[in-house]
Amino acid sequence: MTQVNRIAGGQIDRSQTLRFTFDGIPYQGHPGDTLASALLANGVRLMGRSFKYHRPRGVIAAGSEEPNALVELRTGARLEPNTRATVVELWDGLVANSQNRWPSLRFDALAINDRFNSFFTAGFYYKTFMWPAAFWEKVYEPIIRRAAGLGSLSHLEDPDAYDKGFLHCDLLVIGAGPAGLMAALTAGRAGLRVILADEDYALGGRLNAETFEVGGQAGSDWAAGVVAEVSALPNVRVMRRTTVYGAFDHGIYGAVERVSDHLAEPLPGKVRQTAWKIYSRRAILAGGATERPIAFENNDRPGVMLAGALRAYANRWGVAAGQRVAVFTNNDDGLRSATDLQAKGVDVVAVIDSREGGELLPGIRHLRGAEVVDSQGRLGLTGITVRDARGRTEVIRVDALGVSGGWNPNVNLLSHHRSHPTWREDIAAFVPGTGGPVGLVAVGAAAGAFSTHAALASAARAAAQVVSDLGGKASYDLPQAEDAPVAISPLWFVHSGKGRAWIDPQNDVTIKDVKLAHQENMISVEHLKRYTTLGMATDQGKTGNVIGLAVMAELTGRSIPETGTTVYRPPYTPVALGALAGRSRGKEFKPFRLTPSHKWAEEQGAVFVEVGMWLRTQWVPRQGETEWRQSVDREVLATRKSVGICDVTTLGKIDIQGTDAAAFLDRVYANTFSTLPVGRCRYGLMLREDGMVYDDGTTARMGPNEFVMTTTTANAVLVYRNLEFARQVLWPDMDVQIISTTEAWAQYSVAGPNARKLLQKIVDQDISDAAFPYMGAGEITVGGLRARLFRISFSGELAYEIAVPTRYGDALIRALVEAGREWDAVVYGTEALGVMRVEKGHVAGNELNGTSTALNMGLGKMVSRKKDAIGVKLSGREVLVAEDGLRLVGVKPVNPAHPLTAGSHLLKIGATPVVEHDDGWLTSMVYSPHLGHHIALAYLKNGAARIGERMRAVNLLARTDIEVDIVSPHFIDPEGERLRG
Amino acid sequence: MRFSALKILKEALTGHKGWQPMWRDPVPQAEYDYVIVGGGGHGLATAYYLAKEFGQARIAVLEKGYLGGGNVGRNTTIIRSNYLLDGNEPFYEFSLKLWEGLEQDFNFNAMVSQRGILNLIHTDAARDAATRRGNAMLLNGADAELLTRDQVRAMYPWLNFDNARFPIKGGLLQRRGGTVRHDAVAWGYARGADMRGVDLIQNCEVTGLRIEGGRIRGVDTTRGHIGARKVGVAVAGSSGKVMSYAGMRLPIESHVLQAFVSEGLKPFIDGVMTFGAGHFYVSQSDKGGLVFGGDIDGYNSYAQRGNLPVIEDVIEGGMALMPAIGRARLLRTWGGIMDMSMDGSPIIDKTHVDGLYFNGGWCYGGFKATPASGWCFAHLLARDEPHKTAAAYRFDRFLRGAMIDEKGQGAQPNLH
Amino acid sequence: MIINHPILGPRDAAEFVYLGDAALINRPDGMTASVETFHDYLYLRDNPAGEHRELWYHEQGDRSWLVVTRNTVTHEITKVELARDVARAQGRSK
Repeated sequence: MTQVNRIAGGQIDRSQTLRFTFDGIPYQGHPGDTLASALLANGVRLMGRSFKYHRPRGVIAAGSEEPNALVELRTGARLEPNTRATVVELWDGLVANSQNRWPSLRFDALAINDRFNSFFTAGFYYKTFMWPAAFWEKVYEPIIRRAAGLGSLSHLEDPDAYDKGFLHCDLLVIGAGPAGLMAALTAGRAGLRVILADEDYALGGRLNAETFEVGGQAGSDWAAGVVAEVSALPNVRVMRRTTVYGAFDHGIYGAVERVSDHLAEPLPGKVRQTAWKIYSRRAILAGGATERPIAFENNDRPGVMLAGALRAYANRWGVAAGQRVAVFTNNDDGLRSATDLQAKGVDVVAVIDSREGGELLPGIRHLRGAEVVDSQGRLGLTGITVRDARGRTEVIRVDALGVSGGWNPNVNLLSHHRSHPTWREDIAAFVPGTGGPVGLVAVGAAAGAFSTHAALASAARAAAQVVSDLGGKASYDLPQAEDAPVAISPLWFVHSGKGRAWIDPQNDVTIKDVKLAHQENMISVEHLKRYTTLGMATDQGKTGNVIGLAVMAELTGRSIPETGTTVYRPPYTPVALGALAGRSRGKEFKPFRLTPSHKWAEEQGAVFVEVGMWLRTQWVPRQGETEWRQSVDREVLATRKSVGICDVTTLGKIDIQGTDAAAFLDRVYANTFSTLPVGRCRYGLMLREDGMVYDDGTTARMGPNEFVMTTTTANAVLVYRNLEFARQVLWPDMDVQIISTTEAWAQYSVAGPNARKLLQKIVDQDISDAAFPYMGAGEITVGGLRARLFRISFSGELAYEIAVPTRYGDALIRALVEAGREWDAVVYGTEALGVMRVEKGHVAGNELNGTSTALNMGLGKMVSRKKDAIGVKLSGREVLVAEDGLRLVGVKPVNPAHPLTAGSHLLKIGATPVVEHDDGWLTSMVYSPHLGHHIALAYLKNGAARIGERMRAVNLLARTDIEVDIVSPHFIDPEGERLRG
Repeated sequence: MRFSALKILKEALTGHKGWQPMWRDPVPQAEYDYVIVGGGGHGLATAYYLAKEFGQARIAVLEKGYLGGGNVGRNTTIIRSNYLLDGNEPFYEFSLKLWEGLEQDFNFNAMVSQRGILNLIHTDAARDAATRRGNAMLLNGADAELLTRDQVRAMYPWLNFDNARFPIKGGLLQRRGGTVRHDAVAWGYARGADMRGVDLIQNCEVTGLRIEGGRIRGVDTTRGHIGARKVGVAVAGSSGKVMSYAGMRLPIESHVLQAFVSEGLKPFIDGVMTFGAGHFYVSQSDKGGLVFGGDIDGYNSYAQRGNLPVIEDVIEGGMALMPAIGRARLLRTWGGIMDMSMDGSPIIDKTHVDGLYFNGGWCYGGFKATPASGWCFAHLLARDEPHKTAAAYRFDRFLRGAMIDEKGQGAQPNLH
Repeated sequence: MIINHPILGPRDAAEFVYLGDAALINRPDGMTASVETFHDYLYLRDNPAGEHRELWYHEQGDRSWLVVTRNTVTHEITKVELARDVARAQGRSK
């Protein structure tokens, strides 16, 4: 295939040929090409279809603002839908396909929509599809959704990796065109730490697309020279292929570096993209400007482009967008496209200049006071209809038309903090307003300084100011550069016949839609946007939005600034979700927290369960056990019969010391701790200030001014935070120091009638009942090694928790199991732990639900009103102390064979299942192997008074309805004889 | 003018000359019986139901910006009634029932789409909680189904089932939940209210409340004083400011919630889905964009924009749940100001000023409440007593200890 | 956002946990204050659009509670203090 539109020049490497396919057809291009430039070089104009009418679409821009040329790039799991062909660097073997068309790009069945465009006006769908009501989901919406969307995802896991990184600098320069380069050079030479980022792979911005000189050399050569100089400075970091997509608070910017997108796939060990967080003291926005079109009827045909893009393709990529080219402009910059193309030998058949008078371009048919009023061509432009100053029309045969309606400064990042841009009449464009991100200034074209000289000067000035603000000294020499004035006579759209003139070619928003919005009083700029979808395409309306505003301004008799603008939102250009997620995906979504005996548990074949970020042993199946209940039942029965060992390292542990430590605990626990003797521990309830119990645990007094607190696994961090709040903020003069030691100790529960015998084998001290009574606590040694022992029980058995420094956790579990062999000690997991605590009637996570008081839990007496403690006051509010409020009860099925389900609701016998008869619910359910049936804990209205009542546990989800007896929540050993054994 | 397919056909054939303004732009009158402050979803719905269901007249809605410019114009469009607590569930079920007949009622296609909402379950405790919740929903006459892992997999096979940090163990599904085209809700109510004589006054900011002898007399606005017999305030995001004119401090903080939309993709997510092990929920619009969000930024803000940590947190959740979206692109993020209340539930109540009523504290769940909120607020305004489904939404519930705390987080608004 | 920690210098706000209005320092005395007083303390907020003194906790850092003065409209931070110092200055002791 020949590159029919390839012309001389450009920054491409003609010594190498790259092969690629589009819709299966093979083409060739060169290094330096984008997919768009290579397709144009090959004479391909039709690249896509529009969203609503499925009109043929070709490329209109040469940069990231492109709304039309969206393709599905790559195949398989690397498929990237909606990829702008204008920013894809060509590689050998690239595969791209068109999207949103069926069966093919040239013959798209849904192009039928275009025939019915007079029905599909803005917002037509709000006015119909309402009858019959059920048809929306069943008939209308499925049809709409079948046509929805642009490209497709592969629905396969993204195979590429993404990184995140952090960068710090004095000055972030966004954009490496003439202004950005000048700013980076000035600040870099002055010694500032500078980051220069540009979305393009070639730095220089428009200088690469223009023919004029800077400092006596070709603009692109000047750019290359500056890039070389700043790249050599150790204090400057130059980042190509890096889009600064968002401005956040306090000088933080989000940027995405496309590390490998220019390759077929990332090199081994490399990521696809890196999402950077850039912390800057100052920032300069040198993001340039975006050209806007002039709307006229049928201005959406492939071949109608922005004039500056036409010029860029010729100058930078050596591509003529067509064989016969015309330019339609309202400003002098458009004329440049014509002269540049002509200089390249392209046949420029006409320049249609909407301005009256003035000088004519030499050697070109230059029509002054003329307008393009229509175009022809089915899948691509074949001609334009031109109306001259005297109102005569003629058809001119062209296959490419460059349109220039002027340039819009790229103010996007400046409006990320919701500041609105201001209007500048002389350049007919919005420029940065006040109230943008603190520390960010715009320079160059982004600030409306459109000539190269003005851009360089504004950038150098701004950079020097930053240097001076940060305490340095800067000087600069401005290179010679063109300083052409902006000569523009605004023309937004051509008044002509009844056809459609596009202002958003991707979403198919036309001037008619704006007029309809006006007719229906949707005239607020936000209503205009939302009603017509103007500006909601993937380009956020970078090229066409302002035309919609201009139309609305004319219709309402207001000026454009009075009509207003909507606010650009981050990101500047769309960002791959994978980049923003980075490494946090799959199993690496969150870190794993593992206990010191995790490896040992793995060796035993333990089954693990996620508990927050922890992995805990859930149960440890033995040979022959095929069903989890077999393992759990065995673990429970063996523990209650002999002895079991459980890893409880995940419980939060906090050391609390100081002369006010006891008084402090009295403030943070609802019950009293100052009366606790040294060497003993006590169960404590912790309330939020609103009176709800949020955590419980035991705290031991290790010395007069020294306590060890345990918290639940779930709340370890929260409790610690709240203790710090109490200590630093509420009672700042208390002498109390705290430190989290959760990670410092490995801790194991040893429970069961043989627990003491087992432990006595490995601890060095006497732990007989007399020496170490129930609720005893103390420092001990294990083989001479420092350890802590607590005689506490969650299971209701004679039980201890023994703690050793983390690094000995693995050794201790092995020692415990070895020592327990003679009593057939089992290791039990969280399931057996849960069974035993429910049998014992202890509250845990499902009861500590954040809406329950101590009274609800049957622990009301623990709340001391003799002292000021957090939450006590508000726990006494009238509704919270109501007699008939929820109380914790036990539930067992009348028929032991019947299963219970946690979450079932409790209803009276015979009551219909409606909310008025809802008396409570089952919070936790287990199978008690000891009792031989299911048991549950429940919150029941007025529950304490209803022990003995027969009720129903109703689970409407599973359609079960089980008769149950309300019983005490203490199913086993209510007198506590076992644990005192 | 009634909207219909026939009307569109007629207009298409006659050059669309017959379309009328959606609403008038009336000059404010000197006095109204009812002034609703706030032309967002809740304010417009209140005015609509006041006129239509409660037979009231002389009603104005005052909006400082454009109609529908509040959170009704910047949310993630989800409707559902999958609440747990008795104070909430009847209200949200009432709202869902109103959604189901809304478009025919106000003759505007808001694309109420009952595509189902699925809350994923990742732990046994979460399944217990979902069972309790699902039963509470059923006891209140709503619909709910508890799905197994396999049932979830059949619905959404491309979720991360095989390499998940927090495996999916099932889900709680409400099939009647879904999405609604949010702007259209505001426009439908506005048009319906306007047709019933309600004056919708845009660009009219309330700058003061005129209170004499403990009774409301009217409001001061940027367009002059407007007298009123009763004033209903529904200005989420500005609740504190407006009610401060009556000397009130509220159990509300203003926080920013960010929302996200991707580029348009061929539809593959049928319903709404929430991740149970991270801050992420998602649906796909009829245009093909993935509409998603997560947690609030967490600090008081009136800035209508957020910061990177939450953007990353949300998208990490998305990638953890749906590993195929890595190559889809984020198109736009935006932020809205949430009235975060002290228990995560709203307030629809009278105030200490006679004739001054308040509606707010919707946290980030106000959109789905729009119809019932409007109805119940209209009920309160017209009859001076709460609607039975909104009877728990009182100011004094915090003093009495009758909080409606779905999440069990207590008096910390940024945790709700 | 960046919080200029009085001891540690500028730190990313992501290292911190936010609580809310610094008025939460002024906890009433549980033995003498009424339920109404506690209600106002815990549940009511000024919630200003503008300057806001608020509590942040340096959880991923030195575990200081800070009082940050921040504008809720612009997010500009004008002052950062140790909450302990503020609490003491407001008369809190033990």
